[in-house]
Amino acid sequence: MLSPVTDADGAPFWSYARQGELRVQACSDCGEPRFPPRPCCPHCQSFAAEWRRMEGHGRIWSYVLPHPPLLPDYAEQAPYNVVVVELADAPRIRLVGNVVAEAGARLDSVAPERIRIGARVQVVFTEDGLPQWVLERP
Amino acid sequence: MGGIKDATAIVGIGQTPFAKHLEEDERTLACRAVLAALDDAGIAPGEVDALASYTMEETDEVELAKAVGFGDLTFFSKVGYGGGGSCATVAHLAAAIASGQATVGVAWRSRKRGSGPRPWTNTTVQLPTPAQWTRPFGLLRPTDEIAMLTRRYMHEYGATRDHLFNVALACRNRANQNPAAVMYERPLTREMYMTARWISEPLCLFDNCLETDGALACVLVSAERARDCRQTPVYVHSAAQGLPAQHHGMVNYWNDDPLTGPAWAAARHLWKHADFTPQDVDVAQIYDAFTALIPLSLEGYGFCARGEGGAFTEQGALEIGGRLPLNTGGGGLSEAYVHGFNLVNEGVRQLRGTSTAQVPDAATCLVTAGEGVPTSALLLRS
Repeated sequence: MLSPVTDADGAPFWSYARQGELRVQACSDCGEPRFPPRPCCPHCQSFAAEWRRMEGHGRIWSYVLPHPPLLPDYAEQAPYNVVVVELADAPRIRLVGNVVAEAGARLDSVAPERIRIGARVQVVFTEDGLPQWVLERP
Repeated sequence: MGGIKDATAIVGIGQTPFAKHLEEDERTLACRAVLAALDDAGIAPGEVDALASYTMEETDEVELAKAVGFGDLTFFSKVGYGGGGSCATVAHLAAAIASGQATVGVAWRSRKRGSGPRPWTNTTVQLPTPAQWTRPFGLLRPTDEIAMLTRRYMHEYGATRDHLFNVALACRNRANQNPAAVMYERPLTREMYMTARWISEPLCLFDNCLETDGALACVLVSAERARDCRQTPVYVHSAAQGLPAQHHGMVNYWNDDPLTGPAWAAARHLWKHADFTPQDVDVAQIYDAFTALIPLSLEGYGFCARGEGGAFTEQGALEIGGRLPLNTGGGGLSEAYVHGFNLVNEGVRQLRGTSTAQVPDAATCLVTAGEGVPTSALLLRS
């Protein structure tokens, strides 16, 4: 499985995730959240930023079911779901992830028929600090 | 006011055969396509002084120039973002020639995507942004990234798989008329489409472009010189690149309106500088790495309103005789996938009147580069 190849802007997201916290970069001056993280605020051009804690609730905005050809670790689990989740705390912040049966479960651990646009999900974290999503009403 | 409107013309086009596997390497294929285009134009290689290609092009200017015998080059540029750069190569040459930086320009693309590796399998060259936010979760390939937008598009606007099939079918029907197309002898039926294997649901095999070895090139000169050339000039009427505010490439999930993209930005400039409107376009060559890019582009370039791109494809609108004949050589879906350069050359053929699926009296053609990445587009006229 691929691990995130982080950069200076993204590194805080991943270190918070390893602590079980979902945090999103926001401007310290105008307050606008932004994703993906970047050096300065596109609204007010401030370089001051903070990492704002999210409750971790969201809704599925869209999803796909990849089939082979895929990298071997992913092909072995295909077809699996990949979702884009729109955060309840910050509706324009959307995170790519997987809906799983429980934290750390396989990418194909939830039947594809259960995935639908608009479904409520809650963030969980793997042991390695990768955010995943579980259905709030399984 | 000076500008590029009708100031330059494409006077030569050339290409190699297209196939899943060609024996020759990319450099040799590039040389063959460029020399074929110059021969078509009746211009000697020594007269070329400008080049434009893609940043992903592996044959660089030095290699090409010394092999085919170019003279002194005074302008050379490369455009980024893969297939988003196709039309921009021509646009850069048009700007260079119109502004006096060069006189004879060649644009080209040579690629062995058919027999070479799939780019997404090389995980060591993934840039941290945005790949860190997508790849670990198994969103690995361009098809997965565009499928995500496609699902949302279908959900918001009621577009269906039949609409995507209409796109695939129109391209295949044109390829069935084009002996140079990879899919020349391979008809497509609705049953084949609906029962095809998935690649990334909701996209199936036939929603994805071909994997092709091949190369193409075209030659650009000033309108004045074009009148003395061997071929009927095809004028560059308007050209634009497009990178809209807060755009994120194929993973355009992180702005207020992810279902509008670079096409909208390119279109605003393109039409602003044109003497005609979408209603006046006789034939379109729209970048089709995936079928779903067509309804999005139809909306972006103003052929229909938001959300109507799927319905636009109904009742044979994209076929010969329809409202907007599409990708008349077969496109990336059924002729060849060479980062959209075959769409440029097919646009030229239509306006010369020499297409294998000729639109009667075609006088205006829209050619677009990849939607879903920073893009570019051309309005061509005869």
